[in-house]
Formats: sequence, C-alpha cells, structure tokens
Amino acid sequence: MRIKCPLCGERDRREFYYRGAKDYLTRPGESDLDAMHKYLHIRENPCGLTEDLWQHEAGCRAWLLVQRDTATHEIFKVELVNNVKDSK
Amino acid sequence: MKYNVLKILKEGLTGNKNWKPVWREPEPKSEYDVIIIGGGGHGLATAYYLAKNHGITNVAVLEKGYIGSGNVGRNTTIVRANYMIPGNSEFYSHSLKLWETMESELNYNAMHSQRGVINLFHSDGQRDAAARRGNMMISQGDDAILLDREGVRKELPYLDFDNHRFPVYGGLFHKRGGNARHDAVAWGYARAADQLGVDLIQRCAVTGIDVVNGKVTGVQTSLGPIRGKKVAIVVAGRSSEVAAMAGLEVPIESHILQAFVSEGLKPAINHVVTFGMGHFYISQSDKGGLVFGGDLDFHASYSQRGNLPMMEHVMEAGMSLMPAIGKAKVLRSWGGIMDMTPDGSFIIDKTEVENLYMDCGWCYGGFKAIPASGWCMAHLMAEDKPHEVAKKHTFDRFRTGVGLMDEESTGSQHNLH
Repeated sequence: MRIKCPLCGERDRREFYYRGAKDYLTRPGESDLDAMHKYLHIRENPCGLTEDLWQHEAGCRAWLLVQRDTATHEIFKVELVNNVKDSK
Repeated sequence: MKYNVLKILKEGLTGNKNWKPVWREPEPKSEYDVIIIGGGGHGLATAYYLAKNHGITNVAVLEKGYIGSGNVGRNTTIVRANYMIPGNSEFYSHSLKLWETMESELNYNAMHSQRGVINLFHSDGQRDAAARRGNMMISQGDDAILLDREGVRKELPYLDFDNHRFPVYGGLFHKRGGNARHDAVAWGYARAADQLGVDLIQRCAVTGIDVVNGKVTGVQTSLGPIRGKKVAIVVAGRSSEVAAMAGLEVPIESHILQAFVSEGLKPAINHVVTFGMGHFYISQSDKGGLVFGGDLDFHASYSQRGNLPMMEHVMEAGMSLMPAIGKAKVLRSWGGIMDMTPDGSFIIDKTEVENLYMDCGWCYGGFKAIPASGWCMAHLMAEDKPHEVAKKHTFDRFRTGVGLMDEESTGSQHNLH
C-alpha cells in the first residue's frame, strides 16, 4: 500500500501512522456524554469507500485525510487536513 | 452416528466408502425460535449450547459461505487461558475447561493438543510483568510456571541464546495451553448441533433484519424471509455491516491480521512460543508446517490480505528469536478481518433492539474463546440475562468508561490494540 502525500509525493505505507475514522475531526463538547461516546468509540466501519486520518509521520508529519477503499486498499484522494478544516 | 475405533478400522479396510454426510442440508423453515446469523465457531457453539444446555432446538444457523469458511478456518489455532484482568480471566478459564472436555462431549476429534504456551521475556521489567500475570493465572485456578533462562533452554534449545540485543531472560510457561485443529472445531460443533435438531443453512446470506416497533421479528435472506423470535448476530469482522441492517452502530473497527505457514517439516517446535521483543508467535501444525503470525497491520481494512511491512517485521522477529527456521520456505500467507473493540475485549450483550443479541468484538483472540462464547451467548439468549463469566462484557462499558477491560494496558480507544 502506498499513499500519495500532497507535500512529499507517493510514499510507502510504513512512513504513515494511522489514526482512524474522520470522526476525529469533529470533536463534540465534553459535557455531552453520548456525543463523546459516539466520537470516541462508535464507528461506521464500512467495507468499501471510507475516509480516515493518517499522519505522514516519517516524512513531513502533516495530517492527511485519505479517501480509500477498505476492501481493495485502493486510494482515491489524499488531502491535507489543514485545507479540509479551512474550507469548512 | 457415533465415531468409534471399530467403525474407523472397518471403513479403513473397506476403502472408506460408507461414510455418510455428518449433518443434514435442510431447507430453511419459515420460522424459528432462534436464528443465529453466522456459521462460524461462535455461532455453531451458540447453537449447540442452546440445544444442549437450554433445550432450545428450533434453531437455524445461517451461513453466507460454507461451515468453517470464515475466521474459524483461517486462524493460528492457539488455545490458552493466560488472561489477567477480571472479566477476561474467569471467561477464558471457563473456556479452557470446556476445551478439555469438548472432544469427548462432541464425539469429535478436534486434535486439541495441550503442548504448552511459552511467553518469553527479555528484560527485568518483562519478568516482573510475567510473574504478576502468572500469579493472576494461578489465583484464577489455572496453571503457570515462571521459567528462568536455563528452564527455557531446556524446553526450547533451538532459540538464539547468544542474541545480545534481545537476550532471553526466561518465559512464562502455561502447560495447559496449546492448539487444536481449527476446522475440526467448527465441524464438531456443527455435527453435534445438527444431531440435536439445529438446522445449518449454508450459502444463505442475510440481507436484512426485520425490526418492528423496536423488536426483531426475523431476517431477509438470499433464500427468502425467515421469521425468528430471537436473533443473534455472530459475524466477527462483519459485525458492523450486519448490525447496520438493524439500524445499530457498534464500537468496532475491522482490521487485518496476517498469518503465515511454512512448508511441512519434521517435528521441531513442540510448544506455542511467543517472542517478547517483537510481534512474533509460532507453533507447528500436525502436518509439520510452521504456523506463525504477528501484529495487526494497523489500519481499518476488509481486504483479507496484508501488507508487506508487517510481513517483513514478522519474518525479522522470527529470525531474531530462532534463526534455525530461516531456511524454511513460507508456503502461504493470508489476512483475516478482526472485529477490534476500543479496549481489546469482546462483547456478548443484548442490543437496543428487543430480542436481538450480539456476540462480537473478538479482536484477534476469538478461536480459544469458541466454547465459552457459545456457552455464554446461549445462556444470555435463553435466560435473557448474562452468564456469570461474561457479565462484564457489555456494550455500555464504552459509553460510561466503567469496567473497560484493557488487557494490554495500551488505552481504550480504537487502533491501540
């Protein structure tokens, strides 16, 4: 599996740290127990198209939002999390 | 039909022509008392214990593929009870006791072999942790022996004892641990459940779960609708997908775990051995193949095939520990779908939908749990209350944070186990 970092180009899987589902981008307030539970634990966990967070840990260290297929390991789109957050 | 020595001799001498299929292949009925989605080890054991312990025999097991085609036939077959924390400790202890009587009870040879599990340690800190774990195992009523370096050398003379980077300090020896023939466990439970009247419906994919007013009423399948008074979802790596059919969201991420088998060799590795300084564990199958594996690839995946970096790590760790295996050729490797929970422990619980139950979240340790999982799931469904040794394994522990069972002490969020 290789991921194309927008800053560094295509690199080997082992340079990347996997954080998990993109749910981590929308942190709820800490007083809402159910929302916090959903944010931390509950996952859609799709077989197929998914979006999740990776960090180019052994490279530029940028956080990335990766659109990929969990059944085939095909990667469709890689964006900087910074850009995604700015556009929201 | 019961297996016995005379029958096997007679068949052996007459060309094995008179063996009959060991279970029926029935058409699904229109309604069952219990429908179990998933004909793997856990689903079959659940069906068997529902019939055996609770007298509920109007049961269907629905399997999308064929019996034994899922993780129960694709694992590294290790059976052990070396867990430590409350919740896991009593559960796996119960499971190992069931393993010890399962073959005679099922009248089926699952080739359960208590050859011993040795977890190696390589530092003073690891020795302390192993001693603590061993004491916890003994206090649970199971067995553990703390071996020093010379004790390990006696059991495992082929290790690289000259390795200065990862010196072998000793090992925790769990003699009642070992392994079993994985398919035979599925076949044994399937045959025994069938004999008690359970319908095993193979090649029957569940495509929907019918819920009316918050209560489950049956399932939609590739063979048509089937009504059920109670329904169990026992589908391991596919838990999220099947739960979604009932509108449920579960705290599970599916990850890949790889395993490897070498060409057949003469008996060399007589135990299950785990390396303490890298992710590597190994045993030798009765056919002679070295069966070994390592850690998750660590990203969500349903691909059922692994990536090269973890493969490389496993090979390197194996070569650090026992260079003697270096000339063996790897015949095949594969990846399984692990239903990972945030704390690394499983779930046997009711769901928000009435009469719908789930047995899931086995992470990478489901095989050894098969008997107790079936036992406890059957108890939960028949009595509508959790079994004593599985009562801590609820969905709610994640919401409240109370009673999390993080055996590895790495944290209770996804991707930490």
